[in-house]
This record gives sequence, C-alpha cells and structure tokens, in this order.
Amino acid sequence: MLFWQILIDGFAISALYALGATGFTLIFGVSGVLNLSHGAIMVGAAVAAWAAASEFGVGPYTGALIGIIAGFILAFATYFIAVRPIQRSKVIAESEKEIFILTATLLWGIIIQEAIAYLFTNNAKTVLPIVDGVTTWFGVRTPKNEYFTAVVCWVAIGLLWFLVNRTRRGKAVMAASMNPRGVTLLGIELSSIYLTVWAIYGLLAGVAGILLGMFLGVSSYSVGPLTASAFSIVVLGGLGSVSGSLIAAYVVGYLETGTAYLISPAYRTIPALLLLVIVMYLRPQGLFGRR
Amino acid sequence: MPKFVSSRLFWIGLVTVIVALVLPTYVSGYVLGLLTVAYYTAVFAMSWDLLFGFAGEVNFGPTFLIGVGAYTAGILDAHFSPGLSIWLCIAAGALAAVVGGVVLALPALRVSGPYFGLTTLVAVLMLQNFIVVAAGLTGGEIGLAVPDVISIDAKTNYWIALGFMLVSGAILFGLSRSAIGLILQASGQDKIQAGALGFNVTKHKLAAFVVSAFFSGLAGALMVFYMGTASVSTFVDVGVGVQIIIAAVLGGRRTVIGAAIGAIFLIGMGELLRPLGELATLIVSVIALVVILFFPDGFLGMIRGGAKA
Repeated sequence: MLFWQILIDGFAISALYALGATGFTLIFGVSGVLNLSHGAIMVGAAVAAWAAASEFGVGPYTGALIGIIAGFILAFATYFIAVRPIQRSKVIAESEKEIFILTATLLWGIIIQEAIAYLFTNNAKTVLPIVDGVTTWFGVRTPKNEYFTAVVCWVAIGLLWFLVNRTRRGKAVMAASMNPRGVTLLGIELSSIYLTVWAIYGLLAGVAGILLGMFLGVSSYSVGPLTASAFSIVVLGGLGSVSGSLIAAYVVGYLETGTAYLISPAYRTIPALLLLVIVMYLRPQGLFGRR
Repeated sequence: MPKFVSSRLFWIGLVTVIVALVLPTYVSGYVLGLLTVAYYTAVFAMSWDLLFGFAGEVNFGPTFLIGVGAYTAGILDAHFSPGLSIWLCIAAGALAAVVGGVVLALPALRVSGPYFGLTTLVAVLMLQNFIVVAAGLTGGEIGLAVPDVISIDAKTNYWIALGFMLVSGAILFGLSRSAIGLILQASGQDKIQAGALGFNVTKHKLAAFVVSAFFSGLAGALMVFYMGTASVSTFVDVGVGVQIIIAAVLGGRRTVIGAAIGAIFLIGMGELLRPLGELATLIVSVIALVVILFFPDGFLGMIRGGAKA
C-alpha cells in the first residue's frame, strides 16, 4: 500500500519536475543562459490561469489557455528585458555576461514575484483542475488530476523530442546548441533560433506552472524554491542534457517522496541535496553532462 | 589607480565618512538602527565582492558563511550565557565561518562557473535545513533568542558598526589592490594564463574564500549581538544572499567600496519605500535592474563617468 502510494505520487511529482526542468535546460543548452526567473515564470502562468478560471469564472480550459499565453509573454519579456540587452551589450565584457544575466534574470524574477504578491496577495492559489474526482488503483486513493498531470507532462516532453529531432526548425535549434557559429554559416539567423527556443520555453514553463498550480498550488513564495529545484535537477542531470534532467527529475522526485513518506516530511529535501553534493564532488559535470 | 589620493572617489569617500561620523548628533535612534544594519550588510557585500569581483566566481552562498558565524556565536551565548564573554562568542563565530569557508571551498573550488554557483547555493539550503531540523539547538523556524546584546544604546551600536565597516572595508580594499588582488583578478579573467605565469590560482582563491568567510562570519556574529536574536530569514535565507549580490553588482563590481554603497542604498531605499508596502521591493528591484542594464559598472561607474569603459 505504502509502496504503491510512493510509486504513484513519486511518478506524478517527478513528471512535473521533469517538465519544469526541461525548458530550463533547453535554454541553457542552446544559448548558455541560466534563467533565474524560471520559478517566477511558472508561478506567473499558474496565477494567470487561477485568476482567469476562479476569479473571472472563465472555466478551467480557457483558464489554462490564458495561463499558457501568460507563460509565453513572461518568457519573451524575460528574453527581451533581461537577457538580450546583456548579450548584445558592448560595454559588458564577454567573461562577465554570465553574472550579469544571472543577476538581471534574478531581479526580473523578483519583479514578477512582487507584482504577483501586490496584485493577487501572497496567499496560496490552486488552479481549477481540468479533471475532477478520485480513483483507486492498487488500494491507493489518488486524485485523477495526479494521473492527468503525469500524462500531460510526458506528452509535452514527447512533443519536444519530436520537434527537436524530427522537424527542420528543431534540428536547427539542436545544431545551434552544438555549434552556434556553424549554424550562422549555414545562413540561419541565430537570433531567430533564440526566439524559437524562448517560445518553446514559454510553452513548457507555462504548462508546467499550470499543472503545478492544479496539483500542489502555488504562491509568490514558491518562486525561489521552484527555481532552485529546477537548477539542482538540471545540474544533477548534467547542464544542457535534456535526457539527463529527465532522469535526474525522477531520482529527485522519488528520493523526496520516499523520504517524506518513510521518514518525515520535515526531511523531505535533505537526501536529494546530499546526493547533489556527492555527485558534484565525484562528477562535477553531472550524471549525463558533456564538458 | 596611481593618483588615488587626488581621485574623485577618494574625496567622495572622505565626505561620506565625515557625514557618517557627525550623523549621530542629528538623527534619531531609529535612523541609527537602520544604518547599523546597513553597515553590517555592507560588510557582507564587500566580502562577497572580494570573492566574486576579483576571483570571478559566482558565489550564491554568502549567507552560508554569515549564517555559520551568526549561529555559532548565538548558540554559544544562548547555552553558556553568563560564563562566556560576548567577545569570545563573536571570535568563535568568525572562526567557525573560516572553518566553514574552507570546508565549502575545498569541493567548490574544484568546479567553476554555474557548478560553483550551485555548490554554494546547496550549502545554504543544507544549512537552512539543518537549522530547522535541529530546532532544539538552533531555535528552528522561530529563531534563536540570544540573552546578551553588545549594548542597548543606539549610538554605541552605531559606532561599533561604523568602525567595523570602515576597518574591514579598508582591509578588504587594501587586499584587493595588493598583489593578491591582482593575481585573483588575473585568474578570474584567464585562469589558464594566470596558472601558466606560475601563480597558484587555487591557493589564492582559497585565501580569498578564507578572508571573505572571516569578515562575513564576524559581521554575522556582531549583528546577532546587535539584534539579540538569530533567525533563518535574517541570516541564512537565499533571499538575503540575493540582496547581498544585488548590492555588490549595483554598487560596482571589483571596487569593494561600491559594494558598501550598494548595500547602504538597498537598505535605505527599502526603508524609505516601506509605506508603499508590497511595492517597495518591486520598485527597488526595478531600479537595480535599470542600473545593471544601463550602467553595468554600477554607482561607482556612474560617479567615475565611465572612465573605465
């Protein structure tokens, strides 16, 4: 019984972690940007979906759509406000652009977070779920929404895989992540690749945010922890490796769920953090990273 | 900077120090209390700048070192209050931070870039978890009540904080302009080249870590005995670290002094805008973002009129 509970809960939460971290790792893989406003974008999309569905009464489907649009807008705003000006700056030394992008996206994330807190208060918000009801499998009562979350996450990740490996545009994106200069030699604009990537990112972060809002609820306080957990999963899996972050998401998700059920919810995050330290000590490039 | 004494920076610094010295005669205890906190934060930011600005490593974990210093001092005092002098507790706090700095630096220095950043971030999260789990010792989420304070007089506290900031600022600034600072700067810009010139990059970074840890821990311990309490949200939280990083970048990297200006500005602005409630942090963040995007050299860069660029 407990075994099945951990297996089911862990699977759903891990799928969510995987989806949340995928966009983050994609952006890093292609353009070398560590986007520290990641958590804020996810929460922003969730809050937009919540406000539309619950406050303005447009229902769960339209609400989710509005949330995804919000994710898009926030992702593009992040790119145009906090990332592109620094990438193109002639005043900032090349070696320092990383810390500037980190600081700028961090500040941008705080701005989104505070705007949410101001407009919608700090209270936790639960996005109206698309599927209702509870189902019992293996003697474990689980909300149907939990299965729905896992399925949507994997469909989204599958679509991303298809896009990157089977479409022309996706292949160009993949090529740009390996050799940006080579891609420009082939006559493809790097800036249009970046726009594509940020658009995909907006979609992934938006969907992940809304699902998170349905499954666990969000508030402006979730911003920092969400960014930190995506960052750790991505580093554990290896920066820039999408399959690495999927596996890492499952490792972290199951470690946390197992700890919460078997030991105590208070210790939930500790084993995952310890594992992260050990991996970084033995294998700094992460489990599946390339150096 | 060969003509340091004749530079504008020197005179601005001198005027600022004089204003700071005469201030207690004119302003209320409330303003002094605010500035006391701002001065300790300034030391946090200057210590961070020494490590990041010069060694080029993105340290997300300034609050790990501060927290170790603050909590060591606080716990010692809370458990052995009358028997152990405050100053011994503070010294122990600084020492513990140095030990913590070495423990953190050994694995952290093997990696670089984002990995270094994450190692230091994880250290903060672990410390935070430890404090919450070991609530019996640390006071947990509620916070640790410390029975002693340095002084209840606002002016005395102000003088101690000001003196401490000036002395540590002078030492950190001097260090940044010394041979060690130059080597750090060189290794931050081109690690391999600096190594090829025969400098032991890792050794110098470790030294920077130790110095940074010493001042962070000392400032943390002093601040505990100013506030009479230690809590995760004031000393360890990632948000506090973020504020320190923003302060240093906002003031101007690689200047040490800029970090202090940035910290005092952030605390002052935050308080000035407090009547606006939730909007205060929003406005401060917007200002900081605008400065970073349009004046990447920070406040000091603005004062110098972009002479560096």
